[in-house]
Amino acid sequence: MSALLAINRLSVAYGGIHAVRELSLEVAPGEMVCLIGANGAGKTTTLKAVSGLLAPHGGSVHFDGQSITRLPAHEVARRGLTLVPEGRGVFPRMSVAENLMMGAYARRDRAEIARDLDQVYALLPRLTERRAQLAGLLSGGEQQMLALGRAMMARPRLLLLDEPSMGLAPLMVQAVFDIIRRIAAGGVAVLLIEQNAHLALKTCARGYVLENGTVTLSGPAAELSANPAVRQAYLGD
Amino acid sequence: MDIFLQQLINGLVLGSVYALVALGYTMVYGILELINFAHGEITMMGAMVALSVIGALALAAPGLPGVLVLGAGLVVAIPVCVALGLLIERVAYRPLRHAPRLAPLITAIGVSIILQNVAMLIWGKQYLPFPAILPQGRHTLYGASITDVQIAILLLATAIMLLLILMVQKTRLGRAMRATAQSRQVASLMGVDVNRVIAATFAIGSALAAVAGVMVSAYYGLAHYYMGFLLGLKAFSAAVLGGIGNLGGAMLGGLLLGLIESFGAGYIGDLTGGFLGSNYQDVFAFFVLIAVLVFRPSGLLGVRVVERA
Ligand SMILES: Nc1ncnc2c1ncn2[C@@H]1O[C@H](COP(=O)(O)OP(=O)(O)OP(=O)(O)O)[C@@H](O)[C@H]1O
Ligand SMILES: [Mg+2]
Repeated sequence: MSALLAINRLSVAYGGIHAVRELSLEVAPGEMVCLIGANGAGKTTTLKAVSGLLAPHGGSVHFDGQSITRLPAHEVARRGLTLVPEGRGVFPRMSVAENLMMGAYARRDRAEIARDLDQVYALLPRLTERRAQLAGLLSGGEQQMLALGRAMMARPRLLLLDEPSMGLAPLMVQAVFDIIRRIAAGGVAVLLIEQNAHLALKTCARGYVLENGTVTLSGPAAELSANPAVRQAYLGD
Repeated sequence: MDIFLQQLINGLVLGSVYALVALGYTMVYGILELINFAHGEITMMGAMVALSVIGALALAAPGLPGVLVLGAGLVVAIPVCVALGLLIERVAYRPLRHAPRLAPLITAIGVSIILQNVAMLIWGKQYLPFPAILPQGRHTLYGASITDVQIAILLLATAIMLLLILMVQKTRLGRAMRATAQSRQVASLMGVDVNRVIAATFAIGSALAAVAGVMVSAYYGLAHYYMGFLLGLKAFSAAVLGGIGNLGGAMLGGLLLGLIESFGAGYIGDLTGGFLGSNYQDVFAFFVLIAVLVFRPSGLLGVRVVERA
């Protein structure tokens, strides 16, 4: 198996504080993988380093066989790796439609963009009704859907999702995860970060457990769900 | 009636020039939250470079139509100012992108002092006269008068502002600029090369400044190495009045400030029983600045849309 994303012994520090240490992880094409861990474990930091928002201290990141280790964020994005950041990151003073068009910013294939836009609206009917509305006025769940739709407009091969369920009511969490599953069913690989370990392990095929910036456990999701240590620490047993 | 109309015309002409300069302040602030105090000096440089070209051409080819000579001045001044703006961004501001906010502010003041001194070394301390190449037509309108130069300034400034609005609202670069202003990080995640967008913002602002500099010098008939200081401060006041960071605000603020100055200067003698004359015109910008900062720091149009979590 040749991995789509290969993180090898990645270390990231803020000043002198090491937030991520020697983290290794792989995602195969089209695979759904989750990374679970407590508050402050280093999940967001990992995704920021992968997507080029932070420069790693050590280690390497390869995407599709090529190093993206110190590439600036806009170049990483242009290669087909799209991060939906913690807190969604919609552009609040742009309309829903303009936010979606920003997702396709790096693309030039106008006809294809128009087709993808139709598909995103079909996938997310709530957004269709609110095309002209400012994104800052959407509810939290609608903003998360917009962030996902905007990511789709980039036609990514790998989607990095940073806690898409954060702050959402249970019904909305279900709706958002439904959309994520449908995106993955279309062949897009997903690396999902969640504090809701139960949901993450139920959704993904494989998982990694992050503690204090390092991977302590990994394996098929079913195995992790059955692991007593995981059950005790993350599944509330 | 005629005095009122006259002040209105003068105020709108002056105000549209302030608006062009204010746009440069507000665009940079919108994206970087940085007050580019060197922007007034870029305007001055535009005026000085254009006047040098115009003066040389008027001497070398006296038969050339004035509009052509003026155009040549602009064609040289705009790229010079754009290059200057890009250089300042690259050398003085970009290395300080992650420094505390006071650092680039101090650098900005330093850069403007350097530019003043460079201009003084090149052109000396005397006033550079604007050669009499432009049409001197003067038209009467309900008892007030308006010159060809004033009409040209109004039309050109309006056209430029409309184009700018169109660019920001409709083009890919404009969308990238607005995205970058709202979140640099998220914009970069969309594939936007944020450094290029910031550079483009400086370039556009500097081009507007060059045009405004030429307009001011054509209007008053002269240019001077120190003219950027007052002009810059007034345009900055206009940007704050409209709501700094807001393009429409800069336009509105510029026009309002022009009107306030013009009416203020026209009536200040009456108001103070002749104690203060129209030479106190320059003081209004600072009253406006102080009043806005005290009573409405976000400016007239500076109300932010509610941003939900
Ligand atoms: N900008 C920063 N400067 C300094 N330290 C930081 C910064 N951002 C994060 N940290 C620290 O790095 C560690 C990992 O943070 P990170 O945000 O990656 O955690 P996380 O796993 O995403 O947590 P959460 O579930 O709360 O989002 C934490 O100890 C945090 O305090
Ligand atoms: Mg996090």
